[in-house]
Amino acid sequence: MGELTSLTLKAALDGLAAKQFSAAELTQAHVEAVEAARALNAYVLETPEKALAMARASDERRAKGAAGPLEGAPLGVKDLFCTEGVRSTAGSKILGDFQPTYESTVTANLWRDGAVMLGKLNMDEFAMGSSNETSAFGPVVSPWRTQGGNAKLTPGGSSGGSAAAVAAELCLGATATDTGGSIRQPAAFTGTVGVKPTYGRCSRWGIVAFASSLDQAGPIARNVEDAAILLKSMAGHDPKDSTSLPVETPDFPAFVGRSVKGLKVGVPREYRVEGMPVEIDRLWEQGVAWLKAAGCEIVEVSLPHTKYALPAYYIVAPAEASSNLARYDGMRYGLRVEGGNLTETYEATRAAGFGAEVKRRILIGAYVLSAGYYDAYYLKALKVRRRIADDFDQAFQNVDALLTPTAPSAAFSLGEKSDDPVAMYLNDIFTVTVNLAGLPGISVPAGTDAAGLPLGLQLIGRALDEGTLFSLAGALEQAADFRAKPEKWW
Amino acid sequence: MAIDAATVRKVARLARIAEPQDRLEPLASELSGILNWIEQLNEVDTEGVEPMTTAIAMPLPMREDEVTDGGDPARVLANAPKTKDGFFVVPKVVE
Repeated sequence: MGELTSLTLKAALDGLAAKQFSAAELTQAHVEAVEAARALNAYVLETPEKALAMARASDERRAKGAAGPLEGAPLGVKDLFCTEGVRSTAGSKILGDFQPTYESTVTANLWRDGAVMLGKLNMDEFAMGSSNETSAFGPVVSPWRTQGGNAKLTPGGSSGGSAAAVAAELCLGATATDTGGSIRQPAAFTGTVGVKPTYGRCSRWGIVAFASSLDQAGPIARNVEDAAILLKSMAGHDPKDSTSLPVETPDFPAFVGRSVKGLKVGVPREYRVEGMPVEIDRLWEQGVAWLKAAGCEIVEVSLPHTKYALPAYYIVAPAEASSNLARYDGMRYGLRVEGGNLTETYEATRAAGFGAEVKRRILIGAYVLSAGYYDAYYLKALKVRRRIADDFDQAFQNVDALLTPTAPSAAFSLGEKSDDPVAMYLNDIFTVTVNLAGLPGISVPAGTDAAGLPLGLQLIGRALDEGTLFSLAGALEQAADFRAKPEKWW
Repeated sequence: MAIDAATVRKVARLARIAEPQDRLEPLASELSGILNWIEQLNEVDTEGVEPMTTAIAMPLPMREDEVTDGGDPARVLANAPKTKDGFFVVPKVVE
């Protein structure tokens, strides 16, 4: 049954519809793959019994002719999504054995459409990290290795478990979230496709909050079509999230494979940064050539405030995080460490429950919001954020989408950057602009570096224009014909 | 701008995180490093720029002011560290 886990989501859905195999068989194959891959540390919680029960229920629905769009598809869920009755930790000790009594809207949408949950996926604590090393459960190990090497590599972060599980064939697709690049960078590092939709496309209800004006859920999948299928189910208006957009969800899969002839694609010159590996520059040039060959018109554009996006992000995101994470007070759920009085209990609980990076960001956030610094830091960052969004507005007057690298390097070794916060933050240099402006972005695997590690290209679109991104991403995917897979060592 | 250990202690207090004495200096140096890197924002001319407070310009939706949930204390208390008779048990707030 091993080969069932190698199917794309689309092929698996077709196989289920044609009764070539049952959801129970497909799920069993995945449960076994997950058990055999514990060396990757991709899942922080396996739910095989729940998965098999959901699969049997799915087979019954199909037999009755009531199959949904994802009927019987086994998926992984990033542990930032609250799942009813199933431990949800956000990769943090402070949530302890928290078992939500409700289901996040995005995951509820997936189950409504027939999908099966295999378990919860590892991630950086509260989604704060770019390498998965801040997880309270230890880092995910990428299924990828350099050719001939055996050093442990990062799958990227914060959705490292999602990306690794999809790349290692431990699920047909996974939910993920992206606040500064947490879907797209791990997708680029693992040769998978990751979509960060327009802010407001997916409901944030039931997703543990990091930075509410930036957080957005999206899928990680094995190809562009699978990503489109998943996003179609995940998205949709939700009255329980006041920032959820009251718009119809387009038929995203229908955009994949459409001609991109005549589309104008911008190449922002500010994304050519110093010290970027020559292979990434070359791949970017190659991407331009591919889109040209597919009939796109390529235009050089300028996004002059690009270099200020990361520093602005490292004010806005920690500020929002310090406020959001104030709820972890040890009173209503999660960890409580008793102190001599109420304040000491708060302080002891939060000292024991949060990891080093989360504490660092809460402290930065509290500092930039504190009296005397609010205008100099927080307000300044919000104004720079507006400048960055205006840059995109200007560019999109003339182009339909932008093409950039996803990340400034291929995957690095675990431990390589964990001592230098700013070096780690630079991973998100090409992705974070998109979150600040609320735009959609997609990462597509486009090639490998000299060591055989995957590299991704990013497409950025106008707000609510994921459709055009899926068409362009489909064209890139077809031209790149990326077939590299990690060699199984686990 | 450089942050010193006293400022770290003050901010940690505001954030309700106990930081041991021997962590204050290292944290001051880490946070100063990050804030120095952030200082480059001062190069941007933001005169007359409206702060951007939301990713999507959309008025907050209104709904009828009616009860849509509740009446289920067991679910509310399900994850509490300590409960008694249908209440959260917390340390004394007023001495």
